[in-house]
Amino acid sequence: MTENLALEIRHVTKRFPGVLANDDVSFNLRKGEIHALLGENGAGKSTLMNVVYGLYAPDEGEFLINGKPVEIKGPHDAINYGIGMVHQHFMLVPVFSVIENMILGSEVTKGTSLDIKRARREILEISEAYGLEVDPDAIVEDIPVGVQQRVEILKALYRKAKILVLDEPTAVLTPQEADDLFRVMRNLTEKGVSIIFITHKLKEILNVADRVTVMRRGKVVGHTTPAETDQQGLATMMVGRSVLLEVEKAPAEPAEIVLQISDLTIKDERGVSAVKDISFEVRAGEILGIAGVQGNGQTQLAEAITGLRGVDTGTVTLLGEVAPFEKPRYLVEHGMGHVPEDRHKHGLVLPYSLADNMVLCTYYQKPFAGKMLMRNEQAIQENADGLMERFDVRAPSAAVAASTLSGGNQQKVIVGREFSRGIEVLVANQPTRGLDVGSIEYIHKEIVKMRDEGVGVVVISAELDEILSLADRIAVMFRGEIVTIIDAKDATREKLGLWMAGSNPDEK
Amino acid sequence: MQNSNNLPTQVSPLKQFLKRWGSTIGIALGVIGITIWQYNLNSQITEAVVASSIRQATPLVLGALCGLLGERSGVINIGIEGQMLLGAFVGFLANVWTGNLLFAVFAAVAAGALMGLLLAYMSVTLKMDQIIGGTVINILALGLTGYFYQVGLTTQGKLQPIALGALADIPLIGPAFFNNPPITYATFILVFVVHYVLFYTKWGLRTRAVGEHPRAADTLGVNVFKVRYVNVILGGAIAGLAGAFLTLEAVGSFERAMTNGRGFVALAVMIFGKYTPLGAWGAALLFGFANAMQTQLQFADIQVPHQFIGMLPYILTIVVLSGFVGRTRVPAADGVPYDKE
Repeated sequence: MTENLALEIRHVTKRFPGVLANDDVSFNLRKGEIHALLGENGAGKSTLMNVVYGLYAPDEGEFLINGKPVEIKGPHDAINYGIGMVHQHFMLVPVFSVIENMILGSEVTKGTSLDIKRARREILEISEAYGLEVDPDAIVEDIPVGVQQRVEILKALYRKAKILVLDEPTAVLTPQEADDLFRVMRNLTEKGVSIIFITHKLKEILNVADRVTVMRRGKVVGHTTPAETDQQGLATMMVGRSVLLEVEKAPAEPAEIVLQISDLTIKDERGVSAVKDISFEVRAGEILGIAGVQGNGQTQLAEAITGLRGVDTGTVTLLGEVAPFEKPRYLVEHGMGHVPEDRHKHGLVLPYSLADNMVLCTYYQKPFAGKMLMRNEQAIQENADGLMERFDVRAPSAAVAASTLSGGNQQKVIVGREFSRGIEVLVANQPTRGLDVGSIEYIHKEIVKMRDEGVGVVVISAELDEILSLADRIAVMFRGEIVTIIDAKDATREKLGLWMAGSNPDEK
Repeated sequence: MQNSNNLPTQVSPLKQFLKRWGSTIGIALGVIGITIWQYNLNSQITEAVVASSIRQATPLVLGALCGLLGERSGVINIGIEGQMLLGAFVGFLANVWTGNLLFAVFAAVAAGALMGLLLAYMSVTLKMDQIIGGTVINILALGLTGYFYQVGLTTQGKLQPIALGALADIPLIGPAFFNNPPITYATFILVFVVHYVLFYTKWGLRTRAVGEHPRAADTLGVNVFKVRYVNVILGGAIAGLAGAFLTLEAVGSFERAMTNGRGFVALAVMIFGKYTPLGAWGAALLFGFANAMQTQLQFADIQVPHQFIGMLPYILTIVVLSGFVGRTRVPAADGVPYDKE
């Protein structure tokens, strides 16, 4: 048995101040298999892999590679033992060329100079051998994310990696790009590479993995294979209780138009049109989902609608009145709620307490503003306690800083603040990005509840599953334009994926 | 995979070239034009102006090299002034005590390197705010040199110009470029050496990677701390050499606070030169040229109040920095201490 193992991890424990990130974790990887490591955010998957890659020093534990005990003191050792890692956030220098990124740390030289010519030749050879096409002279920041990921994989192969760790590799890809990646992964295993595939997406595991190890709160809680289980089974193992993967919702009952966007055009900082002539309307009691690969103008669109950004042409009509741009307070006072894309930058004041964060939109109104210039501490406290209970925010008290909370709880603070203001229009941009299954389930339920109460909702998301499970109508954005708006009943993953990539599935 | 989005817009190569180098070429042609025109009118004065430009530029470009080695690896160094000053002082003392100029130069370089080590320790190991770290060095150098300096110390000579044979006889260029004391020659060479190291060697690739994305470099087995330490120390040594230029080559003696802001101007030169050694050299020459012009014009018989002529270098700086240079890209991780976990 052991001679078949490319990598064996025995009893690894890793502590961070106040957190037991890995608690006696054991894990093994057979040669040529794709072994999925499943778990919620904070379950310790990435920590474990960073330990294997030598980025973190474990407090206890040992590693065996090809059956032999090894010591990994840093990435340098890991690379020497044939371990390559593609991190969730790419480890590429944006201003470097592909070649420079590839050779960094393993440079080929001629005399004292870098031998760029030889490096280019070697890269092209590998890229051909594995069918991963790249332009070695392109600057990394100019190439699309999918290609950047290819560069990351090639970087590992260039260092002759036999064990490849992919940390949440599909988070940034379109469905088609993800399918391509899976093909590449199978191709690699045929050539003798063993792959550890970290993810929290259940469907992908059933698609590509040979075996699955599930982690929860720093511990391994089970092993299984795709043949023995299904999505529900995996989700239950991962969360520790049964979860609803699809939101249960009644058919929408759209009423009057509450938000109307007309001919909106926005140029970005470089003068390029980020949003081109977009028009749509949202009715009370429906959810409009805006799908699209990140960076196709959704950010600019959401910022314009919510008053954070000016536009070049076009209008936004809120509840029958033309809304001014760059006046967020007008919007806050006229029934708009906003769950921003970047909760750290636009959603919360991280060093502030939860109580203060929960009155960010209303602190100047009664009852929170007391006599003269004083705050009404009691009202702020009561508001916070109420919202924390109603929205299930798990924190020691409302006085702790928002920065100390997990992503899911931070998002619940924002949702609590916005949803409790008596809003009539809600714009939620990437409302569940980076959250675990349990929190996603909760936030989806709350969004549907808002819809059922008659709020007009816009959900912008790059996650197709999210759009498909929430939206009543689906708009797809591509290069700043809305290329189609369809009824959710007629939408399939494949169709939306094609729209998102800029082709029209109906003309074949 | 779909790779249709986010492609850069295509621009013709000529347009790209002009956009990138147009202003540089324009300014250079302008300066050369004025110089040749002036040379035809009055060769002696023009030669003096050009030679003086080179002299003024030398400490600035050395300071800028110090700054950009640090910043390319992600450490902001606003302590150039202090490193230069201490180098100048130690070099001067070594000259007073031993009378050996070569030894004095090495002493100055070592003093600068030591200050570089101090900055590296504060900003890399202690992860202190780097602006404060640099300020500590400036204040420390000012205090130390002020306290230990005694009026009346005399030196035994300074570094003398070495004419490079026939090259020194070329009109206009000869006296300016090929009849200089050793540190000035060393500066010419250093500019190209640093350029080569930074852009064509393994060390340079790692340095730039550490300044842009230290974590990426770390995951590939590059020792971020080591790269930063070495670059900051080397930078300090170069700043020490700039100090040696002041006391051992240009002036020959020491005065309190004699660097007189050159360390800070060097920072401007570095940014103006877009964090490249050659760019910094060009920028330093322009600053030096403006200064030299200003001095010469004060003696010339022009019906303009001398205060206006005195403004010339500053006006030139403002015009060039605001109008012609465009945006400079600062290394992404500049000034951010690196945390492993």
